[in-house]
Amino acid sequence: MTPLQLTHFTATSCLGAGLAATQRALDQARSGLAPCQFETVDLPTYIGEVACLDAVQLPRALQRFDCRNNRLAQLGLWQDGFDAAVRAAIARFGPRRIGVFLGTSTSGILSTEIAYRHLDPDTGELPESFDYAGTHNSFSVVEFVRLLFGLSGPAVAVCTACSSSAKVFAAAQRMLCAHQIDAALVGGVDSLCLTTLYGFHSLQLTSAGPCRPFDVARDGLSIGEAAAFALLERASPEPEPEAVLMLGAGESSDAYHMSSPQPEGAGARRAMQVALDAATLDPGAIDYINLHGTGTPSNDSAESRAVTALFGTATPCSSTKGATGHALGAAGALEAVICALALKSGLMPGGLNVRERDPELTANYLTENRRAPLRRVLSNSFGFGGANCALLFGRGA
Amino acid sequence: MGTLSACIQGVGLLGPGLPDWGEARAVLGGERCYTAAPTVLPSPAILPPAERRRAGRVIRLALAIGTEAVARGAIDTRTLPTVFSSSGGDGDNCHEICSTLASRERQISPTRFHNSVHNAAAGYWSIAHGCTEASTSLCAGDASFGAGLMEALSQLAGGVPAVLLLAYDADYPPPLAAKRPIPDAFGTALLLARADPAAALPRLTLTLSDAAASTMQNEALESLRRSIPAARSLPLLEQLAQRRGGTVVLDFLDGARLALEVQP
Repeated sequence: MTPLQLTHFTATSCLGAGLAATQRALDQARSGLAPCQFETVDLPTYIGEVACLDAVQLPRALQRFDCRNNRLAQLGLWQDGFDAAVRAAIARFGPRRIGVFLGTSTSGILSTEIAYRHLDPDTGELPESFDYAGTHNSFSVVEFVRLLFGLSGPAVAVCTACSSSAKVFAAAQRMLCAHQIDAALVGGVDSLCLTTLYGFHSLQLTSAGPCRPFDVARDGLSIGEAAAFALLERASPEPEPEAVLMLGAGESSDAYHMSSPQPEGAGARRAMQVALDAATLDPGAIDYINLHGTGTPSNDSAESRAVTALFGTATPCSSTKGATGHALGAAGALEAVICALALKSGLMPGGLNVRERDPELTANYLTENRRAPLRRVLSNSFGFGGANCALLFGRGA
Repeated sequence: MGTLSACIQGVGLLGPGLPDWGEARAVLGGERCYTAAPTVLPSPAILPPAERRRAGRVIRLALAIGTEAVARGAIDTRTLPTVFSSSGGDGDNCHEICSTLASRERQISPTRFHNSVHNAAAGYWSIAHGCTEASTSLCAGDASFGAGLMEALSQLAGGVPAVLLLAYDADYPPPLAAKRPIPDAFGTALLLARADPAAALPRLTLTLSDAAASTMQNEALESLRRSIPAARSLPLLEQLAQRRGGTVVLDFLDGARLALEVQP
């Protein structure tokens, strides 16, 4: 595929707002997970909550979009000069030549969950103040971002559960390569809500403590929230050595089960292989893999098998979800940005919370930070319904 | 600037008074009068019995239109990428989850939770067909049909030989219905392949446009077009049913419509 350049990128999660806070937490091997005290939730679990979202105010003209998810989106867009970069791109290309592709799984459904506690006792109607399209609908965050910047190009939300905001990179790449747009605002925004906290709990997939990917006693995930964005453009034929490029994307379906991965990781392996093929690279060219690594017994087992089958047992890999939690529909974009930081800084973040590595998992899982010059890295994201995506990033030189 | 184009190998359709593409083609082609009737969603025969019973309206709708679109072609669904696009999720399922979460118990069912994802229909399709190819699930609000079509055509431009687009919306139950009034279920599926001038199949080419959207002459069909996002496809389907060439303009996003040049 034609390489694309991530000309700007940013991430906000429980590690902090913006790249500096994110990099600092990764450097210090610090986790942002804490016992769940979110809203009225009464569950024995840890979460990765973004601080101070209640203080974020949306522009007056866009008040109908006010909800936790869009506040998180705005907080994220305001970091690292990303909003200025979007405005500069608009000045260069025009508002119709920039596409918006954002991943989310639950959008602003928290607003609906709360509204359901306040149904009219006589009529059963939702409160008048509840705005379905502005908050609940999956497209809400995309429409909010379009209006915030005055964009009028193609725009879509990708909603494939936990691979949503990885797949936006693939969708944007297709539209850029088909010359329908000149730049793409891609990313993921997903925020805490009761549906996912109680839902993953019902599936017995949440851990009572901070999640421990690749630990022998791992027992589930910790839910997080994040907003992560990148501005994608077609790369120049001779990119700067420092440039972060998207070299390939691979998508596949498990065709196995709605909420469990295929045990051998066949779908995961296929996605990684397609990404390598798109970049015409061999597995040996990959210096680091940021795993999906949720910390559920079945995910880590299937993913380790897939990685080992394709890469052997030498390629360093880790999950950063012990630090960030699982940001669900925002995880793909968050981890894409962590990969971009890894390429720039040479930091392969060690996986946190591991007391004893699972000997059954044969992939070369890092439990300590490691530094080395990195040229090409891979990021995995897998979602319910068997929706898999692997993204391949590299440096300009 | 590149163009997005495809030839249309198969169509699936299900909506109020439009039980399948065969019937709908007769109505849209002017051979038969349109008679409004509630959409009847068939039980999805491709699912195992337990899942068939639990399948909600959106899953039934998506599987029905997809099945019809691939029924006549010689296409291997195991290797066929899919693009699912819907303005909302499964409203009934969402209502049940929100009701439970507003109650004291809060214990939602695991099946309801995994069926709550926007890509549930895509997951069931891929499992039923053993399809391990890429599948995406999109939402662009009222613009979801157009966004799905753009995604499908960009996949063809990127080199896949064929792709199945499924665009569908089902009505919400109260109290959500008052906030999101969709009168009934409507969906259409298009089996799209790379444009081949030699093939005796209708072709379409897509561009963004500022022109006014095409409308339906029949008042009831125009009402569907205006009230159900997936029914924004009706002017295109009418063109196909009448085997007419020319350009139709579909409502898309605020500030942009889609011009589709159709060659019969």
